[in-house]
Amino acid sequence: MTSATARTLRALPTLLRIGVAETVAYRAEFLVWILTTTQPLIMLGLWTSVAREAPFHDYSSSRFVAYFLAMLIVRQLTGNWVAWQISEEVRSGAMAMRLLRPVHPFFAYAASHAAAIPFRSIVALPVAFALLASTGASALTTDPVQLALLVPSLALAWLATFAMLFAIGALAFFLTQTMAIANLYFGLFSLFSGYLMPLELLPGPIARAAAWLPFRFMLSAPVELMIRSHTPGERADLLGGQLAWTAILLAMALGLWRAGVKRFEAVGG
Amino acid sequence: MMRYLRLLALQFRISAASAMAYRANFLIEGVMSLAWLAITLLPLVVVFGDRDKVAGWDRPSALIVMAYFMAVRAVLEGTISPSLVDLVERIRTGSFDYVLLKPVDAQAMVSASRYEPWKVFDLLGAIAVAVYAFAARGAPPSPVDAVFGLALFAAGVLATYALWILCAAASFWVVRLDNLMYLLGAIFDTARWPVQVFPGAWRFIFTFIIPVAIMTTYPAKALLGTLDASAALATLGGCVALLIVSRMVWRTAIRSYTSASS
Repeated sequence: MTSATARTLRALPTLLRIGVAETVAYRAEFLVWILTTTQPLIMLGLWTSVAREAPFHDYSSSRFVAYFLAMLIVRQLTGNWVAWQISEEVRSGAMAMRLLRPVHPFFAYAASHAAAIPFRSIVALPVAFALLASTGASALTTDPVQLALLVPSLALAWLATFAMLFAIGALAFFLTQTMAIANLYFGLFSLFSGYLMPLELLPGPIARAAAWLPFRFMLSAPVELMIRSHTPGERADLLGGQLAWTAILLAMALGLWRAGVKRFEAVGG
Repeated sequence: MMRYLRLLALQFRISAASAMAYRANFLIEGVMSLAWLAITLLPLVVVFGDRDKVAGWDRPSALIVMAYFMAVRAVLEGTISPSLVDLVERIRTGSFDYVLLKPVDAQAMVSASRYEPWKVFDLLGAIAVAVYAFAARGAPPSPVDAVFGLALFAAGVLATYALWILCAAASFWVVRLDNLMYLLGAIFDTARWPVQVFPGAWRFIFTFIIPVAIMTTYPAKALLGTLDASAALATLGGCVALLIVSRMVWRTAIRSYTSASS
């Protein structure tokens, strides 16, 4: 084990503790962020009312309920705002302080966001129970293998989302318009990740693109595992896609970061 | 009054000049506007690909709501939002002191302090969608409806502005609440759908608590000629009420401003 890795591991418990403290300190801000990710509830309202008279393709009202509540849970557990954090710190010059620390910022940010997951679960778990109570087990999978796969799937979705937003944040080293890019990214993400509607409902060519783009593996994949039974082959494709895209996004995030830091001139000193 | 108009024009000139300094952005912003147009329209295309009518709205009339949404969003992202993000930043750093020292009303000063002139592309996109929708309907709006539609568009923009000012006022008390604007943005996103599309509880919230209905649905109905007089009055009333409340909250907030600079 290299000394850098050992150092990072040693620092990890402290970083997590700081993350928890930050979450508690900025609770108002944190709550607002949680509320921002309740978009699936709005889409739920829209789609259930579209499907009220007759099912929309294969989706009945209750299937839409299960889909969007599962979506809400996954989004709560995997969402983060690291892109905004990084670009703010680059712009204000606070990044200089962070770069002085002997831990790679990727881990420092990751630990601080990972520490927020328990707080997010406080929001997500009651919803999970409401989901089970209201739509019953019928709309959800009961396959134990698939439920077990949900754990790595959620972990990969979290890591892929984090790497993607970290990469967008690192763009702040090169561009001044990071926010516009982050917004456009979010527009594409909401369309291709199943955030606005199940991916099967997208028109043909767009659905085919969505099956290959990274967004599906950042959000839709765990949801698909929750609400539908898959053949072993489909499961392998889903998890394999998640693994592949997570690796690509991680490489991209770290590469952009390394190139960006070289250009960084601390503002404000 | 003339002084404020001159001030507005001056601030706009400064923003336009700084936008022109980055001419390469012209292309980027144009491409982005097109991408946003596609992203915005696709869910509607999907819904109406399978249904002729949803909650009494057919495709062309839902497109009109969408056009209003895009137009209000263009104004929001072109003027209101950048100005208020600027304001939150000034409160945090303390440079808001200088705004307060100026011999003009601070709200007027900060409400239009920054523009994103390229958002004009989004406005053009909205007009194109509206023209397409009326072509699909087969008849242009009557002159009276067009006047009402435009008047209520102004009301919708003002209501949006009032909500955002309320949000910005919150940052006087809780400094790091710039993400409140993201929350409001997420909620405003529902304004792309006619409010009748949502089931009971949602519709109540979007009509009375966070009135996205008066931002797009009612103005669209006015342009389509299906808005009755009482609903039109309620829209205008709601807009005026929001403006008054936001002004009052702003005045209270500014009194509790404690400078961060000293």
